[in-house]
Amino acid sequence: MAQSAPRSPIDVVRRQSPASRARIGGRVIGAAEGAALVQDITGSLEVRCQPVPVPGAWVVCEGLWDGARLIEAACHVVSVPDGPFPRPDGDFAWAHAAGGHRLRNLRGRAAVLRAIRAFFDQRAFTEVETPLAVPSPGLDLHLDALEVGGMGAPRWLGTSPEYQMKRLLAAGLPRIFQLSRCFRRGELGQRHHPEFTMLEWYRTFAGMHEIMRDTEELVAHVARALHEGATVIPAQEGLLELAPPWERLTLREAFDRYAGVSVDAALASEELFFRVLTERVEPQLGRGRPTFLTGWPASMASLARLDPHDPTVAERVEAFVDGMELSNGFSELIDAREQRARLLRDQADRAAQGKAVYPLDERFLDALAEGIPPSGGNALGVDRLLMIVLGARHIDDVVAIPPARL
Amino acid sequence: MYETSDIRKNVKLKIDGNPYVVVDFQFVKPGKGQAFTRVKMKNMITGNVLERTYKSGERLEKADMEERQMTYLYPEGEDYVFMDSQNYDQVRLSAEQLGENKFYLLDNLPVSILFYDGTPIGVTPPIFIELQVVETEPGFKGDTSGNVQKPCKLSTGLETTVPLFVNQGEWIKVDTRTGEYVERVKK
Repeated sequence: MAQSAPRSPIDVVRRQSPASRARIGGRVIGAAEGAALVQDITGSLEVRCQPVPVPGAWVVCEGLWDGARLIEAACHVVSVPDGPFPRPDGDFAWAHAAGGHRLRNLRGRAAVLRAIRAFFDQRAFTEVETPLAVPSPGLDLHLDALEVGGMGAPRWLGTSPEYQMKRLLAAGLPRIFQLSRCFRRGELGQRHHPEFTMLEWYRTFAGMHEIMRDTEELVAHVARALHEGATVIPAQEGLLELAPPWERLTLREAFDRYAGVSVDAALASEELFFRVLTERVEPQLGRGRPTFLTGWPASMASLARLDPHDPTVAERVEAFVDGMELSNGFSELIDAREQRARLLRDQADRAAQGKAVYPLDERFLDALAEGIPPSGGNALGVDRLLMIVLGARHIDDVVAIPPARL
Repeated sequence: MYETSDIRKNVKLKIDGNPYVVVDFQFVKPGKGQAFTRVKMKNMITGNVLERTYKSGERLEKADMEERQMTYLYPEGEDYVFMDSQNYDQVRLSAEQLGENKFYLLDNLPVSILFYDGTPIGVTPPIFIELQVVETEPGFKGDTSGNVQKPCKLSTGLETTVPLFVNQGEWIKVDTRTGEYVERVKK
């Protein structure tokens, strides 16, 4: 068998005219008397050969394409499984379960990352990469970080790249985006991994309203890239229209509509508020069409600017799609003194709850003091965006290797 | 004690004094908010399903469950009597506690008995046991594929289905988890 002849993908062979020679490379996923079923990433093909390689073997087969099968083929076995195939808990079985949707999702993931980069590239954003191990991982009361040693100074894996990205605004970049890994201790479930992919972007001379427009245009762009130009895609139930404009709702309106209790009553206790938000409100948001939720209390947005007309409310916006939180953005707080005061308050809150108190990021505060223009920024969960556009119910189904399989 | 992060399917919890087994759970957390774990669980005695939401970090009591290997002895009134062959301790379970498992109790059958806080609450028979077919339509000799099944009644009273080729008086292997026919056995 000539080793130099090129291998063709199986879907290309299927389009060849019958009675032509073909050469494929792939894996034997089934074997019968005188025939093997060989699979590559583009499909599978029956190969008539003698002897028949064992299931799981990687093969290069050359034979005569008869319009349906490869016949009179010579199969060169390049690798054989050591043990059973497929292994019950192996990577092949995991990726190929239920029709191989996880394998398709991995290619969908690559397409979504490409589409995100193209979207920001078209809008003159600069892609940046900031360090993952940082001197302060963020002081949000409900986010816990993972400490890393061996870096020559105290470091934690960031829960978001926000401080470092804002420093780049001060450095002089007007529009930036980043696709990075973030780490949050103890978050594991259907929609959470302790390590996940975040998309963050910031634009100067802008605020929450520009960020909402970016968000709806981005998600529609990603849907079109994945669904042949369509923005109407299947939801968990029914259909989802992702094209702008999305619904805009205040927290007050959302509670009145879905909670059965007013937002003021719920805010009497933080636990009650989050319980009602997650149990009654969130599942109803973004059904049929995504929803932007605005009007957050000032106390729940440590890094956001307050509404100049109503200082009890922060200029913070969360996007919800199909009952799931997708992103969280702000008109950024750019006042260094106010920011320091809020972060000190966050540190005190963490200490009061017996949680680890991370340092202030002085270089971030210096950057604000040096000055950045009014800016808007957003943090969007890429794995969740994938769940939405790929129709996955579990975050495990859209990542290369879920935490439980490491 | 468990923490909410220990919750998995099949974890056994003690809630209001009763043993529950987790059948489903969900981690819920707004990006900038408090985390909860929503747990769906089944009462291991009554079978009732309960849903509860716990704050992250909340501590939950473990149900003190123990399994002991015992032997089935005999029925007595409404009850069934089992014996620990190590120390000759005897325990009783009611027909209600046994549920479908009462159809698998053969004399001297080794079983495992589930105890909650020292009280027996259920039995797990071996996965496969052999039972005799006492009632079924006469077999068709031709069909040996097993694709078509007919109803039958087994020696312990269990009703299930068998392939057409199985005759009255023959013995079959049954899967006690499903009550289904596995294969014909020669006795």
